[in-house]
Amino acid sequence: MPGIATFADAFLAAPLPLAAINWHSFFFLLFAFLACGFAVAVVAAENVVRMALYLVLSLGATAGLFFLAGAEFVGAMQLMIYVGGTLVLLVFGVMLTAQAPFVSIKGSGRDKVVAGVVGAVLLAVLLQAALSVKAWRAPAAGVVADPAATPIGMALVGVRVDAPGVGAPSRNVRPGYLLPFEIVSIHLLVVLVGAAYLARAKRRKTPRAIEVAASVEPPASVAEHAAIGRERSRGGSVLAGGR
Amino acid sequence: MADFLINTVGLPAWLAWTVAAVVAAVLILHVIAGGALVFIWAERKIAGRIQDRLGPTRTGGKFGWLQSLADGIKLLAKEDLMPDGADGLLFRIAPYVSFCASFCAFICLPFAFDVVGQRLNVGVFFVIAVLGLEVFGVILAGYASASKWSLFGAMREAAQVVSYEVPLGMCVVVPVMLAGSMDLVTIAEKQAGWFTNWFLFHDPFTFVVFWIYVTCAVASVNRAPFDLAEAESELVAGFHTEYSGLRWSFFFMAEYGSMFLVSALAALLFMGGWNGPIPVATLVGLSEGTGDTAHYLVRLIGLANLLGKATLGVLVMMWIRWTLPRLRIDQVMTTCLKYCTPLAAAMFLGAMLWQIALPGGLVPVLHRPAAEIREGWLQGPGGAVRAGDAVSTGKPVATKVAKVEP
Amino acid sequence: MSLDLLAFAPVLGLITQPVSVAHYLVVGAIMFVCGIVCMAMKRNALGVLMGIELVLNGANVNFVAFASPYLQGEGSRSLGLDGQVIALFVILLAAAEAAVALAITLNFYNNHATVDVDRADDLKG
Repeated sequence: MPGIATFADAFLAAPLPLAAINWHSFFFLLFAFLACGFAVAVVAAENVVRMALYLVLSLGATAGLFFLAGAEFVGAMQLMIYVGGTLVLLVFGVMLTAQAPFVSIKGSGRDKVVAGVVGAVLLAVLLQAALSVKAWRAPAAGVVADPAATPIGMALVGVRVDAPGVGAPSRNVRPGYLLPFEIVSIHLLVVLVGAAYLARAKRRKTPRAIEVAASVEPPASVAEHAAIGRERSRGGSVLAGGR
Repeated sequence: MADFLINTVGLPAWLAWTVAAVVAAVLILHVIAGGALVFIWAERKIAGRIQDRLGPTRTGGKFGWLQSLADGIKLLAKEDLMPDGADGLLFRIAPYVSFCASFCAFICLPFAFDVVGQRLNVGVFFVIAVLGLEVFGVILAGYASASKWSLFGAMREAAQVVSYEVPLGMCVVVPVMLAGSMDLVTIAEKQAGWFTNWFLFHDPFTFVVFWIYVTCAVASVNRAPFDLAEAESELVAGFHTEYSGLRWSFFFMAEYGSMFLVSALAALLFMGGWNGPIPVATLVGLSEGTGDTAHYLVRLIGLANLLGKATLGVLVMMWIRWTLPRLRIDQVMTTCLKYCTPLAAAMFLGAMLWQIALPGGLVPVLHRPAAEIREGWLQGPGGAVRAGDAVSTGKPVATKVAKVEP
Repeated sequence: MSLDLLAFAPVLGLITQPVSVAHYLVVGAIMFVCGIVCMAMKRNALGVLMGIELVLNGANVNFVAFASPYLQGEGSRSLGLDGQVIALFVILLAAAEAAVALAITLNFYNNHATVDVDRADDLKG
């Protein structure tokens, strides 16, 4: 097929980056920019609902990074538990407390400056540490097997299939993870019971502060407040359906 | 496909992979979009027949074949509204979040043996995880609509989807345990042969688990009788009240896509996937190997099988929708937490004990290869080898070479 | 033409050369620092919680990078399974901690009608 051959040749003769895009690196850069960009957006956003959205997107991009690094099970776990569980919980909490005055609480300028300086210094230290080890800069050659979840499952019940051996745990004989697995299981059970107890509806003789605040002013969401404000300024009735 | 492009057509490697990926993505997108088109028409016809009327009969001939197209054109032409107090960014992004979550799960859904976008070793886990992300689109839509009813509908739907993930996960673990792998291709491949090999008929516990899975799947995609969040009689239209036109249609593409996905997942996990009830290909003498040309026909038969089973699942969901009355939200949560979850846990225990006590099953001629994968790992050379491949399919174990850059 | 290419050479190198552990560590560091700044800067209790999640995720990225056989080759120098299992445990514990923190925040909200952490000064001397 002469046409395709010249087409491919044209690509090969193109400037260097087009000739040999390493897709692994390309997708790493894509996910890395998404993760870091949305993390910075979490810091920069004032509206707590948008912060939650940016956090969801940042953690989703991190799951992509995990898949790229070959940790498929950890990536799927990140999506299911972190993004699909923890963040849904967080978003529920945001919705429950996103009454008008609390959606955008502005921090003080001084806090921001101090936090920024500390963050910049910490970032400099971490980056210097990350880039200082020569061995971390270049991947070595080698035959690598496809990632699989079975070794993780076996390790969690105490059998290490990647570095088996007999004897005490040492550099060459790695222990299983049965005890931490059981501890974490009990830990999650305790946390579940504790959180349910903490968040239970309590019967009270005196009204709670939130109910006192509610009786003073009817609770309204941010959007309704904005709409009421606009209605007052415009003199029309937004809520009655006028556009 | 990338190998074909590199070897036969002569494209450079990076371009070949790009073309292969784009073709796969476009094909999967057409499955969702074309499926939605067909299912919308089917829903209106089925609804009509169950309600003793005809459904669409005018657009495009006697059976209203073009009704979906007419609906699509109408939606495209509608005015793009946004409520005054709505958060612009969140309102606009919500349908796409929902649709992306539904679409991502199709990445590792196999349509025939090794006809899969990306064969993940943790395929089932990935699908269940991504299905749970659809709830973000719903919450964002409900919040950003600046309406109390949208917010209520969204919160109810989010609570329902998140709660039903628990029994859904437990139901899905049972076929994973029977097959010994989370890879969807491996799970379906273990059910090759006659329909007696299907996990549905493996033991009574798995049979019950299948019906619990059906219940949880219907609740997970918010179809009736669990569709309180979209209930017209109570919340106008729930979280998508303020959406019209193309934005609304994205939510419904996501819903029909998810319906197709959970049906296809049920087919893969319990009903043999692309293996038909009668192994026609094996009886005729065609092989499944990748070397010869007959494998294209075998793949095609498998594809038809899987699409048929998934479509059957979707039609059954529609049938249930138009037959059963809607559950209240407290009934929905009660069903999940008080009935489905303990029952799924008990059935999981039963299936596990059945595997230990009767590894050969009641009829010992049936193949029970799940333990082979674990044994292969234990006796392996100590490296992370996909022994499941070598044992079950006879293909050489795949290895990757890391890029060498001095 | 060559001058333009030279100017973009480091960026182009990122796309054509394979990534290694150092790249992942940079990403982890940025997420970690964003989390620290978020914890220090936000007055909304849920904002502080989001900072905690970012910190834990930055640490997870580091663990997974060290555990990856693709980034260091042959698996002989990588943490291998240990790094992935540690990352799993971090995810589980983060989920547990987020649940408790949210329960505390909701209790605080019910009792004080605010989620502003600067108002939590009942025990102030």
